[in-house]
Amino acid sequence: MGKYKAVIGLEMHCELKSNSKVFSSARNSYNEIPNDNIAPVDMAFPGTLPVVNKKCVHDALMMSMVLNCKQPEYMYFDRKNYYYPDLPKGYQITQMESPVGVDGSIEIEVNGTKKTVKIHDIHLEEDAASLDHYYDTSCIDYNRAGVPLLELVTEPCLSSAEEAVAFLEHMRSAYKYCGVSEADTKKGQIRCDVNVSIMDEDATEFGTRVEVKNINSFGNVFDAINYEIKRQSELKDAGRYEEVEQETRRFDEESGTTIRMRSKVDAIDYKYFVDPNLPKFKIDEAWLEEIRKEIPLLALERKEKYITELGLSDYDASVIVKEKEYADYFEECLSLGIDAKTSSNWLTTQILGEINRTEENLNNFYLTPTLLKQITDEIEKGTISSKQAKEIFYKAVEEKKEPKSYISSDMAQISDRGALEEIITKILEENPSQVEAYKNGKDNLFDYFVGQVMKNTRGKANPVITKEILKDKLEQ
Amino acid sequence: MDKTIEELHELLKSGKVTSQELIRESLQKSHEVEEKYNAFVTILDDAKETPITDNLLSGIPFGIKDNYSTKDILSTGSSNTLKDYVPFFNATAVQKLLDAGAVPVNKTAMDEFGMGGTGTTCHTGVVKNPWDPTRMTAGSSAGSACAVAAGVYPYALGSDTGDSIRKPAAYCGIVGYKPTYGMISRYGLFPFASSLDHCGVLCRSVKDAAIVVDTMKGIDENDMTSWDSKDIHLYESLDGNVKGMKLCYIKELCDIKYYPNANEELKSHLKNFMEKIELCKSLGMTVEEVSIDEQLLNALPSVYVVISCAEATSNMSNLTGIIFGPRGNGKNYEEMMMDHRTKGFSPLIKRRFIIGSYILQKENQERYFKNAGRVRRMLVDAWKKLYETYDAVILPVSSGPAKHLDSDKDMLTKDTAVLEEHLQIGNFGGFPSITIPDGFVSGLPVALNITGNCYNDSKVLNIAYALESAMDYKNQIAKEVK
Repeated sequence: MGKYKAVIGLEMHCELKSNSKVFSSARNSYNEIPNDNIAPVDMAFPGTLPVVNKKCVHDALMMSMVLNCKQPEYMYFDRKNYYYPDLPKGYQITQMESPVGVDGSIEIEVNGTKKTVKIHDIHLEEDAASLDHYYDTSCIDYNRAGVPLLELVTEPCLSSAEEAVAFLEHMRSAYKYCGVSEADTKKGQIRCDVNVSIMDEDATEFGTRVEVKNINSFGNVFDAINYEIKRQSELKDAGRYEEVEQETRRFDEESGTTIRMRSKVDAIDYKYFVDPNLPKFKIDEAWLEEIRKEIPLLALERKEKYITELGLSDYDASVIVKEKEYADYFEECLSLGIDAKTSSNWLTTQILGEINRTEENLNNFYLTPTLLKQITDEIEKGTISSKQAKEIFYKAVEEKKEPKSYISSDMAQISDRGALEEIITKILEENPSQVEAYKNGKDNLFDYFVGQVMKNTRGKANPVITKEILKDKLEQ
Repeated sequence: MDKTIEELHELLKSGKVTSQELIRESLQKSHEVEEKYNAFVTILDDAKETPITDNLLSGIPFGIKDNYSTKDILSTGSSNTLKDYVPFFNATAVQKLLDAGAVPVNKTAMDEFGMGGTGTTCHTGVVKNPWDPTRMTAGSSAGSACAVAAGVYPYALGSDTGDSIRKPAAYCGIVGYKPTYGMISRYGLFPFASSLDHCGVLCRSVKDAAIVVDTMKGIDENDMTSWDSKDIHLYESLDGNVKGMKLCYIKELCDIKYYPNANEELKSHLKNFMEKIELCKSLGMTVEEVSIDEQLLNALPSVYVVISCAEATSNMSNLTGIIFGPRGNGKNYEEMMMDHRTKGFSPLIKRRFIIGSYILQKENQERYFKNAGRVRRMLVDAWKKLYETYDAVILPVSSGPAKHLDSDKDMLTKDTAVLEEHLQIGNFGGFPSITIPDGFVSGLPVALNITGNCYNDSKVLNIAYALESAMDYKNQIAKEVK
C-alpha cells in the first residue's frame, strides 16, 4: 500500500422527507408496523398509476442546485425493468435520460483542507420494498416501496476513505440543512455504493473498477474502501493484478471484508425507457428561481460566518455547525439577543454535554433558547454567579421547570461593595499571618483569600468585586 | 333493451318500465348471449336497481370489459394470471358511471389483457359474432361488442390500444368510440401499452356514445395523463350541423387500384365506402382525396408492434403471482414467478413479451424502440398536417366484414395489412376516433371511421352523427344471417 493511487467514486442514496410517497398517496414515514404505509399503487395492483409528488421534485431540484448541477428543461422519468420480489411493478421509476441534475461540483473540507468533488448526476427515484429473510421464508414489507430516494453519483474523483467519508458527511449535513431529509443512517435512510480502483502514481489510465454495493453506514464505507485498496494493492504487489475483476461485491460487517456477488459481465440489462404514465413537463424558470431562494446557508457557509462575523473559534464554530439543529439553536439564541460567545459556550459545553449523555435530539431538548435566556440574563445582571447558573441549568433540565423558578432573591450574588468590604475586612483581620506572608511575596495566597470570602458567603460573593476589594486592601 | 339510452330514460322516467325490469331483461339476455356466443367472464345475477334520476344513465344496465378494475367483482383481464382476482377499488371511469346510477350487469370477455384483435384468446374461450357465429367479433373488446350488438344493453365499456374498440364495433355493426387520449382516466384500467391505451365505449348510436363518454370523462388526480374537459359537452354539442366541414380520405388506402388481389368483399366494402363519401358531400361537407407516402403508411403495423410489445412487457411485469394471482411453485422467487407466468399466459402473449423484451434490450433499443418512436412521430405529424386543412379523416374500417373464425388469417395479406391496421394512428396520436356502421357486405355489417385532431371530439362526433342520421344503421341489433 501507499505506492498506488486510489480512485474512488460514490453513489449515495438518501430517502427524502415528505408527507406522501414519491408516486403514491401513501404516507412516507418511519413505521414499525409492516405494510401499514401503503396505497394500491405501492403493491402494483393492476390499473394503478403513479402520480409524481411535487414536493419531492422541488426538493430534488433544490439538492441539484446545492450540488451546482445543471437542471433539465423538462422533467420526466424512466422505467428500470427487472424482476425481484421487493419490486412490485417489476420496474423501478427512476431518472436515466434526464436527471434533476447533471455535471455538478461541490466544495468540501477534508481535515481542514478544501476539496472540490465533481458530481456526475443526481436523480429522483422510488425505493423498493424491504425484505426480511428467515430460515425458510422471506417476508416483504411494502412500507418502503415508493419512498422517495435521491441518488447522487460522483465522478471517480476521490482518493481516500477519509475523503469519501468527508464527502458523505458533508452531503448528509446539506440534506439536513435543506430540510429535505432526516438523513439518518440508523433508520436506513442513507445507503451507499462505492467504486474503488487503484493505479500507479504516475499512471494515466484507471485500474479495474470494483463496486461494493449497499453499504449502510459511513463507518462501513470507510472500512470497505480501505479493505478494497488493501486487497487490490496486495494483488498488484504480488503481480496478480489480473485477478482484480470488474465485479460487484458486498461489505461483510462481521469480518470487515468485501465479498464477491457477481461479475460485471453478468450485469443486468435494465431495459430503460421513458415511463409513459408520467407525462413530460417543462420546469418553469420562475419555479427554479423560487427554489434557489429557499436554499438556506449550509454548514460551511455558516461556519465561515460564525468565525468572521461573530468571532467564534474555528473549533466552536465547527461544533455548532456539525448538526443543523445545533446551528439553528445557536442562531435562535442570537436572535433572542444572547451574546454570541455566551450562546456558543452554553451550547458547546453544557447543552451538547447533556445531549450527548442522553442521546436526545436537540429539537426536543427541554431548555429552549428562550428558557436559556432566563439564565444568561441573570448572569449578565450579576444576580447569579456562573456556578449558580450551571446548577440552575441542570436542575431546570432535570425537573423540566423554568429556570426562573430557581432564581430566588436568596440566591442573589452579593454585589454590594459595602457589604463585601465588611466581610473582607473581617477575614483579613482573622488571618494576620497569611496577610503578612502575602505581603512578603507569597502571591498565590490571593486565591486563598478569595476562597475564604466565598466560603463565608456560601459562594454568593460577586467574584469580580471581591477580587477588586481584596487587591485594594492587600496592596495598602 | 334494444332501445337507445334516451328512449330507455323516457320509459323509466314515465314509469312505463322499472330499472328492475330492465336489469332482469338484460340478465336474461346475458345468459342467452353467453350460451350462444361466449361473451362474458362474469354475469352479475345479483345486480340491483338504482333510483331513477335526471341522469340519462340512471337505472340502465351496461357491461364492463373485464380489464376494468371493479370493486368486489372478479376482474380477470381474461387471463389465467388473474383468474381469481377480485379488486378492492373501482376504475375511475366505472366509478363515474356508478355515481350516475348506471347498473353493471356483466363483465365482458376480451383478448387476454387486450393483446389480440380476434376475440379468440380469452381464458374463457372464443367469442363469436352474433351476426354469424362462425365469424369472429374482432377484439380485444370482443364480449362488449358482441353483447351490445346482441341487444343485451345499450352500451358496454371497452378499451382501445390499437383498434380494440373500433374494429369489433365494425365487425358487429355497432358504434365504437375512443375519445382523445386522457379525456377518460385510465386509473383502474389494466394496462397493455400505456402510451396507446384509451378507455371508450361500444354502443349502437353516436348519441349514446356522447352520453356515456360525457359521464366517463374528466380529469383524475390518479392519472397524470388525464386532462380537464369540463368545457366539452359531447351530448349537447350534437346538432348535426356539418355544412362546410372538410373531410379527407387517403388514396393509398381507399383506391381499389392498390389491391391487385382484391376479393369481392373488399371490392364491395370500398365501393360502399365511396358511396358514403358521396353521401357526405350531399350533406354539405367537402371531401377530398389526399395522398400519404406509402412507405410511411406501410411502417404503421410494425411501429405498433414495437411500441405496444415493449410497453406491454414492462406493464405486465407486476404479474408474478406474489402479491395477487395464483402463487407459482418453485424453490426460489425466480422459479415461482416463472411458474406463474408460464402457466398463466397464452402463447400469443408470451410471444409478444419476447418481442417486447428483445426490442428493449440495450443493443436493440436504438434500432427498434427509438426508431419506432420516431416513425410514430412522423405518422402523427402527417395526420396533424391533414388536420390543418381538414376537420377529420374518414376511412373504411378493415378490408371487409368479420372474418371467419376457422381461417383467421385469410385476409391478412400484405396488400391489406395497412387497411386492417390504420386505426392505430388514432392511438399513436391520441386522436378522437369513432367507427360507425356504413352498410352490409355478404349480409354482414361493415363500417367507416372518422378520426379528428386531439380535443376535437365534439366535431368528430357531430360528423358521425350527421352521417349516421343519413343512413339506416343506427341502433341496429344483430340478426343471425346464416
